[in-house]
Amino acid sequence: MERINHRLFIFFLLCVLPLIMLVYLSVGPSWIPPWRIFSLLGDTGNVDSTVIREATIVSAIRLPRVLMAAFVGACLACCGAAMQGLFRNPLADPSLIGVSSGASAGASFMIVFGAAWLDSSQVLGLSMVSVGAVAGAVVAVFLVYKLATDSYGTSVITMLLSGVAISAVASAMNSMFSYFADSEMLRRINVWEMGNLDGANWERVALIAAVAGVLLWRLPSHALALNAFLLGESEARYLGINVDWVKKELVLLTALAIGISVVISGNIAFVGLVVPHILRGFIGPDHRYLLPSCAVAGAMLLIVADLIARTIIAPAELPAGILTSLVGAPVFFYLLVKSKSLNNPERL
Amino acid sequence: MTLKIHNVTAKISSAISLVDIAFEVEAGCVTVVIGPNGAGKTSLLRAICSDLPLGDGVITLNQKVISQWDAQSKATLLGILPQRSSLEFPFTVEEVVTMGRIPHSTSNSQNREIVNKALALVDCNHLIARSFINLSGGEKQRVQLARVAAQVWDAVDAGDRCLILDEPTVSLDLAHQEMVVRMFEFFAAQGVAILVVLHDLNLAAKCASQILVLKNGRSAALGKPETVLTEEMLKDVFSISAKVISNPVNGKPMVVT
Repeated sequence: MERINHRLFIFFLLCVLPLIMLVYLSVGPSWIPPWRIFSLLGDTGNVDSTVIREATIVSAIRLPRVLMAAFVGACLACCGAAMQGLFRNPLADPSLIGVSSGASAGASFMIVFGAAWLDSSQVLGLSMVSVGAVAGAVVAVFLVYKLATDSYGTSVITMLLSGVAISAVASAMNSMFSYFADSEMLRRINVWEMGNLDGANWERVALIAAVAGVLLWRLPSHALALNAFLLGESEARYLGINVDWVKKELVLLTALAIGISVVISGNIAFVGLVVPHILRGFIGPDHRYLLPSCAVAGAMLLIVADLIARTIIAPAELPAGILTSLVGAPVFFYLLVKSKSLNNPERL
Repeated sequence: MTLKIHNVTAKISSAISLVDIAFEVEAGCVTVVIGPNGAGKTSLLRAICSDLPLGDGVITLNQKVISQWDAQSKATLLGILPQRSSLEFPFTVEEVVTMGRIPHSTSNSQNREIVNKALALVDCNHLIARSFINLSGGEKQRVQLARVAAQVWDAVDAGDRCLILDEPTVSLDLAHQEMVVRMFEFFAAQGVAILVVLHDLNLAAKCASQILVLKNGRSAALGKPETVLTEEMLKDVFSISAKVISNPVNGKPMVVT
């Protein structure tokens, strides 16, 4: 496939993103024309009841939700690209290799056993659950990496089977925690299984925005290292890259972003697989351009998925995770069939 | 002395170790390592590249212990090509070769020029825009060679340059094996020290200034091709009854079976 100039492509994505967000803010059970969105957001003194109602819908419901979708999507897509670089394999998706499950187990653990602190305040509760989720995600990435990767590359089979094993352990732990949990805790734990964005509020937006900021600040500084990683771990070392340090930072960064994403919106699968895969087709695998493009395109994909999820069976809502899985699973099958190392018995 | 291996001992597996290996790779010279399968050739290179921990002994690069080099400045003068490489992402040939310039702080236009020259050296200029994963085995091998060539293309202040290559000719046709020999000559003429593992004894005889023969992790012979490539050595190390004659083309020893 012919490549597109990466600068033009990123510029194009940056132009389309605000348009999609505007559409998202307009569409819903009550239609608010796009040209009135800005005046609604700026207008606080109006006393007309329709205007107040519409302003509330936009600023209290749709705006935090669209921002949350954007930041979660950006985190998931960037983490997908970074993990695929780390594992040197395009199939390494955070949800497939068990990182999201690890995070949800860690979060459930906190909800059940840290209950005493959770009641004290909303912000502290959110941060305690986040700590649990990030810890669970770190353990999961570390385990899968240790099991599946040696100096010659990553075994796809071991990687995916480790993901299955970690998901199984995580779901067993979730069931066990549910046994100890009261009904309020149960409701909180169940949110993790679904993967949806309906819990949007400004605290969550602030949290995920901070994480996305850290991710987009740190990941691009490892872009060349990630490129060299794709040649092989030893090759990266021979090119003067401090491989052990870069690996540690990548594991921590991706675990942080995946862990927080799971706390915010549950397990939204396949965004980290689909977005980098499609973008590599357009602009190639160079992480200097792939990472920023993934951030914008990941945001776009999750906004569109959530827009469809909350309108298609209106007034009811689907979890956005179901839609990303419907799009993502076929891409996963395609990559699995195409995967060269899978057909190469030496690498099983 | 660009690269000096002082009495190196390293454990490869429970069955075999490198024992007391000592040799020097001089600037402008080609040192070829030969030996039967499992003799420890690749492990020796891995020990030199710090991928295999040393049990005993010291390896110095430009008179400085190799583990004390700063990773990035070491990478500006030491290019290493492992035996097998896996790259499953659709980089173009140009992007792959440009990665050889990661340790350097040269400008993009300088890098582009070096990449073009390195590709010309391995006869791959016509592949520059192709996707690496669609190349044949031999083409991939040559592109990887170009990447390592680009890495050590220019002399640097940090010291003499050194190339370490593990079986670079393995999937190449005859014409391109000759091309690899010319690449050695090209770099040796600039004072680059070259350490290479080869399986083809006649190719080794042709390009080596010095040959190291490994057998069961030990050095079985070390010296000029004329003194090392003998019928007794071939019998003892490779278990073959072969004749060594004088190569009618270049006068070097030639193994015939």
